[in-house]
Amino acid sequence: MNTPILEAKNINKYFHDPIRVQVLNNINFSINKGEFVSLTGKSGCGKSTLLYLLSTMDTDYEGQIFIDQEEMPKKDEGFLAKIRNEKIGFVFQFHYLLNEFNVLKNVMLPGLKLNKYSNEEVEHRAMEKLKILGIEHLALKKANHVSGGEKQRVAIARALINDPHIIMGDEPTGNLDKKNSDMVFDIFNRLSAEFNQTLLIVTHDPSFAERTHRIIHMEDGVIK
Amino acid sequence: MKRKLLIDIAKSLLFARWKQTLVAAIGVTFSITMFITLLSFMSGLNDLLDGLILNRTPHVRLFNDIKPNQNQPVKLATEYGNAHHFIESIKSDANRQAIYNSGAIMESLKKDKRVLGFSPKLTAQIFFNDGSIDITGAMNGIDPVEEARLFHFNEYVTAGNAADLTKISNSVILGKGLAGKLLVNIGDVVQVTTSKGERFQLKVVGLFQSGIRDFDDVQSYASVSTVQKILSQPSNYISAIQVKLKDISLAPSLAKEYEQLYQIDAEDVQTANSQFETGSSIRTLISYAVGITLLIVAGFGIYNILNMMIFEKMDSIAILKATGFSGNDVKNIFIYIAISIGIFGGLMGLLFGFGLSATIDQIPFNTASLPTIKTYPINYNPRFYLIGIVFSFITTYLAGWFPARKASKIDPVIIIRGK
Repeated sequence: MNTPILEAKNINKYFHDPIRVQVLNNINFSINKGEFVSLTGKSGCGKSTLLYLLSTMDTDYEGQIFIDQEEMPKKDEGFLAKIRNEKIGFVFQFHYLLNEFNVLKNVMLPGLKLNKYSNEEVEHRAMEKLKILGIEHLALKKANHVSGGEKQRVAIARALINDPHIIMGDEPTGNLDKKNSDMVFDIFNRLSAEFNQTLLIVTHDPSFAERTHRIIHMEDGVIK
Repeated sequence: MKRKLLIDIAKSLLFARWKQTLVAAIGVTFSITMFITLLSFMSGLNDLLDGLILNRTPHVRLFNDIKPNQNQPVKLATEYGNAHHFIESIKSDANRQAIYNSGAIMESLKKDKRVLGFSPKLTAQIFFNDGSIDITGAMNGIDPVEEARLFHFNEYVTAGNAADLTKISNSVILGKGLAGKLLVNIGDVVQVTTSKGERFQLKVVGLFQSGIRDFDDVQSYASVSTVQKILSQPSNYISAIQVKLKDISLAPSLAKEYEQLYQIDAEDVQTANSQFETGSSIRTLISYAVGITLLIVAGFGIYNILNMMIFEKMDSIAILKATGFSGNDVKNIFIYIAISIGIFGGLMGLLFGFGLSATIDQIPFNTASLPTIKTYPINYNPRFYLIGIVFSFITTYLAGWFPARKASKIDPVIIIRGK
C-alpha cells in the first residue's frame, strides 16, 4: 500500500527570461498509491510550475522525477508523450475539450491513442467513465453544447479513460461556482475512496484543500 | 490503428472548417486545371505546327545536289599531291539531276530495317498554259499511295482523290491557288508545256491546299510515270528519294551513312528544319514554367490556411499533446490535412482540366492555311495529368510540412498556463 507512485528528488527550476530566477528550490516529496493530495500556496509560489514538471510536459529542470518508480528522461519527447498518455490523467482549470468531436469521442481520444483496446472496448470504457460521473446522457452531444460544470466532468472522464496511475489537476475548480466545485470535489473523493485512485490537485481554495488527505503547502518555491 | 486515429482527427479538423478547406482545395483545383489546359493546348499547338512541316518532310532526302565537283583535274597530277591548290572560276557540275542507279538504291532501302518507308520523287519545271497566259509552275511526280502513307499527302488534298493519280493516266492534282489562276476545277483539262517545248494535256483529278500559300500557287502533283513521260525520260529517272525512318533521331547518322553508301547527297530533317525544334522546346518550357508557378501560388494558399488553422487550434493541439499525442502525431495530423486538400484539389483539377481541354477542343478554329484543322488543337497526353497530380501532391506536402512542424513544436504548458 505504500508504494510511491510519484517521487520528486532535489528539483530545482529556473526561469531564464528575462533574467534568471529560481522558482523551485530543492523540492523533495513523494506520493503513495491511493493518496489524495492537494498542493497549495499563493499565486506565483511555483505550484503550477511544479505540477507541469511532474506531468513531464516541461522538461527544463534539475533533479529527478520518478513516476511508478521509473525515472523520467528529459529528452525523449515520444516516450514522455506515451507516459502522459498511459500513466497520467489531466484536469485543467479550463476544460480543453475538442469542439470538433462529441463528448464521447473527446473521452475516447486518449484511449484510442493508447491503442491497447479495440475501438468498441474503448467506447464501452468511455461510457462507463461517463456513468461513474453521471453524465452518460451527454455522450452524443457536441463538446461545446454542454454546460461549464458538465464540461469539467467530461474532462475528468477523459483523464480517467486509460486508468492512469495518477490524476493531476491544475485548479480544476478555479472556474466553477460553489455547487459545481463541491461536485468536482465529491467526484475526486469518490475516485479516491472507491477506486483507490491517486490524485494530486493544485488549488488555492482552502476549503477544497482541507478536505483532502494531505496538503503540500508551498511558499516561494519551497515546500513548507 | 494509430494512423487511422490521426486521419480521423485530421478529418474532423478539416470538416470543422470546411469553408476554409474548400477555398484551399479550389486554389489547387484551379492551378491544376490551368496547368493541364495550358500544357494540353500548348502541346497541341506545337504538334500542329511541327506537323505542318515535319509530317510532310522526309527524315532523309536522297538527291543529287548541284555543286562543283570535289575532284578537280589538278588533283590527278601526282607531283602536286601535297600542295595546296588555288583554283579559280569553278563552275557547278553539269551533273544530271537524276539519281544514278535509283532502282538498286530503292531495293536496298526496302531491306533496311530502320526505314519505315520511302517514296520516289521527280520534279519538273513546266508552264501551265491558259489561253495566251503562261504560268510558271512545278510538277512533282510522286507515288500517291506511299506519299499518303508516309507524308500525309491525302490530308492536304481538299477536293478529289489522291489515289486517282495512278488510276487515271495523264492526271494532275493542282494547288488551290494555281487552280484559281487557271480557272479550272476537277474534271477539267489543263495544258502544260515543258521547258523543252513539248505540250501535254492533263486531266485535273484533285486540288490540294498545303497551308503555305506560295507553295499552293505554283505546285502540282502527278504520278511519277506521268512526269517521266512529260520529261521524255525512262522509268528509272528519279530526282529524289524521300525516306521516312522508324526513329527520327537516327536521321543525321543515317544521312551520313547513305551519303557514303550510295555516293549521293543526303539531307536529314534536323538540318533542314532546325528552327522548328527550337521553337517547340521553348514553347513547352514556357508552359511548364507558367503551370508550375500556378501550383506554387496554390501551395502558398494552403500554407496560409494551415497556419491560420494551427493558430486557431492552439488549444486543441495543446490538449492533444497533454493527453499523450507526441509532436510527431500532431505533425502528421496537419500533414494529412494538407495532403488531403492537395489530393482532393488535384483530382478535381485533373477532371476540370480535362473538361476545359475538351471544351477548347470543340471551339471552331478555321484558317485558310490549315485546311485539315477544324477546331483548336489539344494534346491529351496522360503525362501532363501525371505531372499535375504528382506536383499537386508535392507542393501541398511542402506547404503542409512547415506549418505542421510549427504545430508539433507548440509547448502545451505555455498554452494551458496562458488561460
